[in-house]
Amino acid sequence: MTTDEEKTTSLDDLFGDFAELVLENVTIELDELRLGLRPMVQQMAKAAARPALEMPKSLIPASFSPPLGEYPQAIQEITLGATKGEGGTRGNTVTIGGHTAPAWDLFQSPPKRPPVIAADVFDMPISLAKMVKMHYKEVLDDPAEWAKLVVDKYGADVVTLHLISTDRQLGDTSPNDAAKVIEDVLQAVKVPILIGSAGDPEKDGPVLAKAAEVCEGERTLLCSATVDVYEEIAIAAKKHDQIVLSWTSIDINQQKELNRRLFEWLTPEQIVIDPTTAALGYGLEYAFTIMQRMRLAGLLGDTELCFPISSGTTNAWAAREAWMKNPELGPRELRGPIWESVTALALLLAGNDLFMMMHPAAIKTVHDLVNWMKERQKIKPEEYPDWTTLTIPEGA
Amino acid sequence: MAKLPGPLDIYPLLPGTNCQDCGEANCMAFATKMAEHTVKLKACAPLFDEAKYAKKLEKLKDLVRPPVREVVIGVGDNASSIGGKLVLYRHDLRWSNPTAFFLDVPDTLDAEGLAARVKSIEEWTYVYIGTNLRLDGIALRGVSQDPKTFASTAKKLTELTDWPVMLCSLDPKMLAAAAKSIADKRPLLYAATLDTWAEVGELAAKHNLPLVAYAPGSLDNLSSLVSTLRAIGVEDIVLDPGTASRTGVGTTVDDLTQLRRSSIIEDNELVGYPIIGTPISVWADHKEGEAPELTKWDEVLTGSAQIVRYADILVLHSIDMWTNLPLTFLRSNLYTDPVKPVAVEPGLMEFGDVGPDSPVMYTTNFALTYFTVESDIKQAGISAYLLVVDTEGMSVQSAVAGRKLTAEDVAEALEEFKVAEKVNHKILISPGMAARISGETEEVSGWTLKVGPRDSSGIPKYIQEGKWKEE
Repeated sequence: MTTDEEKTTSLDDLFGDFAELVLENVTIELDELRLGLRPMVQQMAKAAARPALEMPKSLIPASFSPPLGEYPQAIQEITLGATKGEGGTRGNTVTIGGHTAPAWDLFQSPPKRPPVIAADVFDMPISLAKMVKMHYKEVLDDPAEWAKLVVDKYGADVVTLHLISTDRQLGDTSPNDAAKVIEDVLQAVKVPILIGSAGDPEKDGPVLAKAAEVCEGERTLLCSATVDVYEEIAIAAKKHDQIVLSWTSIDINQQKELNRRLFEWLTPEQIVIDPTTAALGYGLEYAFTIMQRMRLAGLLGDTELCFPISSGTTNAWAAREAWMKNPELGPRELRGPIWESVTALALLLAGNDLFMMMHPAAIKTVHDLVNWMKERQKIKPEEYPDWTTLTIPEGA
Repeated sequence: MAKLPGPLDIYPLLPGTNCQDCGEANCMAFATKMAEHTVKLKACAPLFDEAKYAKKLEKLKDLVRPPVREVVIGVGDNASSIGGKLVLYRHDLRWSNPTAFFLDVPDTLDAEGLAARVKSIEEWTYVYIGTNLRLDGIALRGVSQDPKTFASTAKKLTELTDWPVMLCSLDPKMLAAAAKSIADKRPLLYAATLDTWAEVGELAAKHNLPLVAYAPGSLDNLSSLVSTLRAIGVEDIVLDPGTASRTGVGTTVDDLTQLRRSSIIEDNELVGYPIIGTPISVWADHKEGEAPELTKWDEVLTGSAQIVRYADILVLHSIDMWTNLPLTFLRSNLYTDPVKPVAVEPGLMEFGDVGPDSPVMYTTNFALTYFTVESDIKQAGISAYLLVVDTEGMSVQSAVAGRKLTAEDVAEALEEFKVAEKVNHKILISPGMAARISGETEEVSGWTLKVGPRDSSGIPKYIQEGKWKEE
């Protein structure tokens, strides 16, 4: 142990060769002089006195080891859709999840199943931001044509058919009416289809139960079971071998609770989780962090959270900055789709697996990103451009 | 992961005099706040002022030094602190020092062009939940490749602005000339490479300036470069593993993740420095005659990926609202303190000159929703009551979907905050997003519900049209 006295750096130590201290115009009237230099002054003095470091003759070798983590549990793999041979009628299936490392830690392990995009299709005309609507105006009252458009033209991997007309306030169509629309859409496209309910607590159960029955053999995703409405949906999913989207409201404990309840009827191959997506600027960080936590918890062994994650990314359009007509904010033709794209990108990096989206440019962007990101590239040092000398066109 | 020091680790190294100069009740209280990272060490003035604490101070600095060092660029009020990160995931505590956005200025601009560009950078702003989003600094690029031009433009730049500056050139002669002319402004030097480490490293050490170590394509090379620069005496280092866009963006995300994970989880102090991303690199792929919007789109994606994955400073070219709003919003969201309450107090708010005829609207107590609505009402100068319903801090849309906002909740709030005693009508304006529950709310509350706009930016027009009063 050193005492406080000893800790006081001596002038000699500080100044080294410059130990001569000249005091000008100073009258010293003390019996004993004790110079207490402030550490800041001391540091300046240290810097000045620092012996010139010897210039290394060449680069000092060093190596970097990839910081691998240990993840005892893999995220569940879930297959959506079923082909003829598998008892369904789809042209292909889509599998999500299966990851063995945090999202996009390519150095450890690339995503087992790269994320996919489900384009939203509604069973009745719906109010949409103008920049979204312009891409759908021909098909707004024809769900089958709408589904064809998103698959053939916008490249959606799967289709989510939202049966919003079943809402008591939006038409109150019956589960049997909904079944007809489902059959039309199943006929129209060959990709797996997912079924969304209206969010009407009275109707969601019967409608999704009917959907499960109509989609017998198709391995569809029933969207969604919530803490309020889950039993009827889970029972139907068990009976008809469907998958259930377990949807909660930005609350990881609620997510675990709902999954525990679903376990009564469902196997781990039948659950996808959705902690709710908030738009960029309007709570995105909650969705981001909860997804990141769920993915990590799953990898570290939490059996209630080791499921692929889904996001209602179209919620990005709830941000006024995405759709508002305001020349000061720049063209909304760009602002809207970049908003949906950046919302998706943040959640992609957090570990989301299934994106429910709408704007064709955002859909293309997320597809591009997934392709660009799914494995490390060998990029040679000289392939990185020298941006310091670039001539960038005027006005760009 | 290194354990962050607790109050009992910190306390013995404080003066222990309970002088209260820092504003805390005693040294233990200060130690507790230090451990929570809610106060800065420099708030303990005696530690810095009294020589007898010098060793304690050094020990304490070591103890609380974040696994990612903090580097300061520039001087004065606008200086930019980058790095200083404590945790890998924001949910582990919080991310400190939001990613600094440095916008480029080529040294080939004439005086007028230079002034205009600087002004546009300084003035870029957007009001977001009561604060002004802004950019942070200026990256002067040595496009001229002429040391004299670069140095004189650097000088002119610092005369025009007191914002922090980054000097960008891979040519050591360029950097030497410009560093000499503005060394007192503490610019960030970009960059030392595997070829130029000796000259540039010595330059940074001589002027005590922060320096970027740039070794793209190999984290081994980057580690080697950092190790060498440290041996030369460079203390404030910023890491650049190279920014690749489009097909390379996954590799860049992976590089940044490895660096940050290594420093925080594995205590690899050789890479415990801030990381720089250069989304501006996308302009190297820009083809003449091609729409610049396509390149800007890539710049936003590259920048967004780097904000999410640990970049502490970005060099950007685009300055449009549509490009920089998503970037500044994303930064603001991710750097929000995760323990910060997301809810405001439920209650009945009054705006303007309210009276018995004033309209009554309702919204949720999610802070973002509330402040957005509040700002729209205030900006329009409307007199109105706003009933804030407790939805456990959820937005209208999520709360309706998740049944955190029901007819009963609205009816109870009307009752609890005695709204009927304030006005001579029984008309309640509902958020457009809560239209679903308006019928039921009428039944439960006995009030007449009018469905207002889906976004609160429509409130001024909606109120002025007066339709809410119509039968």
